[in-house]
Amino acid sequence: MAEQTFAPTVDLTARFGDWVRLDERKGYEGYVVEAAHLVAFATALRDEYGYDYLASLTGVDYLPEGKMEVVYHVSQSTGGAPLVFKVQVPREDPVTVPSLVSVYPGAEFQEREAWDLLGIRFEGHPDLRRILMWEGFYGHPLRKDWHEAYFEEEAKPFKSRWPEGNVHRIEDTLPFGKNVAYPKGFDPETWVPEGETALYAGLQHVPEEEDFQTDQIVVNLGPQHPSTHGVFRMAVTLDGETVVDLKPVMGYLHRNHEKIGERNTYLMNIPFTDRLDYLSSLSNNFGYVLAVEKLMGVKPPERAEYIRVIMAELTRIVNHVFAIGMFLNDMGAFFTPSLYAIEERELILDVFEAVTGSRMMCNYMRFGGVARDLPPGMLERIRDLAFNRLPAKVDEFDTYLTNNEIVRVRAEGVGVLTPEQAIAYSTCGPVLRASGVPYDLRRADPYGIYDRFDFDVAVGYHGDVYDRYLVRMEEIRQSIRIIQQAVQQIPAGPVIEGKQQYQVRVPAGEAYGRVEGPKGELGFYVVSNGQPNPWRYHVRAPSFINLTALAEMCKGNKVADAVIILGSIDIVLGETDR
Amino acid sequence: MSESLNSPGYDIPEELQGTVAITTLDRIYNWGRRNSIWPMMFGLACCAIEMICTAASRYDLARFGMEVMRPSPRQSDLMIVSGTVTKKMLPQIVRLYNQMAEPRYVLAMGACASGGGPFKEGYNVVSGVDKYLPVDVYVPGCPPTPQALLHGLMKLQEKIDQQSIKEVPWYKKGPSEPIPVPVLGPDIMDPREYEKIKQFTLQPVIPVQVED
Repeated sequence: MAEQTFAPTVDLTARFGDWVRLDERKGYEGYVVEAAHLVAFATALRDEYGYDYLASLTGVDYLPEGKMEVVYHVSQSTGGAPLVFKVQVPREDPVTVPSLVSVYPGAEFQEREAWDLLGIRFEGHPDLRRILMWEGFYGHPLRKDWHEAYFEEEAKPFKSRWPEGNVHRIEDTLPFGKNVAYPKGFDPETWVPEGETALYAGLQHVPEEEDFQTDQIVVNLGPQHPSTHGVFRMAVTLDGETVVDLKPVMGYLHRNHEKIGERNTYLMNIPFTDRLDYLSSLSNNFGYVLAVEKLMGVKPPERAEYIRVIMAELTRIVNHVFAIGMFLNDMGAFFTPSLYAIEERELILDVFEAVTGSRMMCNYMRFGGVARDLPPGMLERIRDLAFNRLPAKVDEFDTYLTNNEIVRVRAEGVGVLTPEQAIAYSTCGPVLRASGVPYDLRRADPYGIYDRFDFDVAVGYHGDVYDRYLVRMEEIRQSIRIIQQAVQQIPAGPVIEGKQQYQVRVPAGEAYGRVEGPKGELGFYVVSNGQPNPWRYHVRAPSFINLTALAEMCKGNKVADAVIILGSIDIVLGETDR
Repeated sequence: MSESLNSPGYDIPEELQGTVAITTLDRIYNWGRRNSIWPMMFGLACCAIEMICTAASRYDLARFGMEVMRPSPRQSDLMIVSGTVTKKMLPQIVRLYNQMAEPRYVLAMGACASGGGPFKEGYNVVSGVDKYLPVDVYVPGCPPTPQALLHGLMKLQEKIDQQSIKEVPWYKKGPSEPIPVPVLGPDIMDPREYEKIKQFTLQPVIPVQVED
């Protein structure tokens, strides 16, 4: 199964002629498409070759070559390796590329992000505004010639600090003593903030009927709101209690993961990935090391592969019990189900703490293995959890919640997403599978040693909030099954290939590593130019892209349902905003 | 409880010790406040998850009378800044702080809220919430464990014990000044610093950066 490749059988360069060519740079793959024909190419890929799922879209700033590149990873929703194609345009403002929102609606937020951070203008995008930073922010920060206020050097380790070990506070050397910089000629007193007029103008207003007039009001939920799972904001137009239109507003936790990641060395990025989806740090580690291992061409030893699977599946359980607990919170069962969930989570966190040294920010995986072996007695503890404790507790959850009348009445038929919509909006993880698309990367494009385990892909067929809950329940069970097999099969041996290194050598090239994280497809797109630091480091964040479908799911529902629909997507803001 | 409440030197019969206490006004006032600090239900990032765990059954914030998390700033006494403060979020945080009724306290939870943390160099990250708000307790860690947060809250209780009605700012005459809400310009702007900003942006001379 794993050996089977799904590469297109037709040579795309022959099919499309002059305007599609193979990417022949060393270490790169896929096709380079002329910008003018991009939409036609993507439409043909989708309709003729079955690449109906846009996995990832991002830009790369090739400053030395004077080029901007937009990289697309598309997949078949039936499974298989992704296909890569790129568009290259000159790096002169305005940098414009045709928008693919008409072909893949899931491109909407990703294109907005590329506009925000890289200044790539997507022609034909319905709502091209900044998404992570605010309107009026100075410059496009991920461009290689854009420097932040605390800029010291292009790459770490900074010479001022290493190897002498000097410590200084960068703000002490700056005029304002803090992390701010202003363009020349800027006058704060005459400056008018752009504010959010564009956001509110974009919220759709339905023409009012003549004889019966109701007022539509705009309500902001968040960024400080108990139901938004962090600093997330929804601007909602309401007709009475019915949601007419909804726009997510994010970026309140934009921590510049990618900019910092491009200054860091490869190894330094691992603890940063912990803080993406902070509920499931080990999955994030896993995705990142897979991407860099692809570039380096190393493979971890058997024991490390098993440890990775055990840890990633424990993480999935942690995430899903927490998600279910918080989802019940959103429904109004305030905190009691969460207490049950957190009880189980704490048991698993104890395992993480014993194995990795930290409850939440595990920083455990390394290129070619894991940081250290399991401590003595740990396998027995995990075995006890997987065979005795967790299955019983999942059943307990099931008894209390699954057929609870209030849960069913609130959740069934709410926030429906059809399979076609789910694929078109590039949703992933439980959201996609609850809509009847059995797309799980552990099966669809197996990585690590997942092809060895016997487990089922959890699927729902109604695409509603209730099915997303059921899919998560089932995934906990399947994760327990995988752990049960893994703890029986795990061999003895080393846990890392070769010696642990601080500075790894990564050959030039690009790689896209992806795992089925608890929230969905978590991808890391890494471009190396042979230096100790990645040239481009992009995270395909499932929480972020799943939100593309939020407006579609909420329209026509009541505002109270918008809260549980958001809860059913299960976002974590660290990953949404990065 | 009465033991910590009683002023020294008064001999109260044993059978009355649970009922009668002779103490100062400051003491009983602080004793009441320290044991019913209501934190604001306000999570920013990773630290918020550990804050939730602290409130859950294993660590049980209720032992300190702090389990009543209020989503509204009007009803809360303590703002636990639990996570990275970004520039985009900062105006809201300051506004929430201004909306809290006095006496109010701020606890900077974790490395990010205390000083920027691992993300300090980021272009959208504020190097510690104390650049804008007065912070009472800093809790180190990334994220701090629930034990560390509990320790920080106990430190806050100690701080409350030290306060006197005569000296605390919120019983001074007149209303207290709100903190000016930062404005999102090309970068975050503190309204108190407009003059300083203009010196750098409108002067023809480029300020020399000190290198060390």
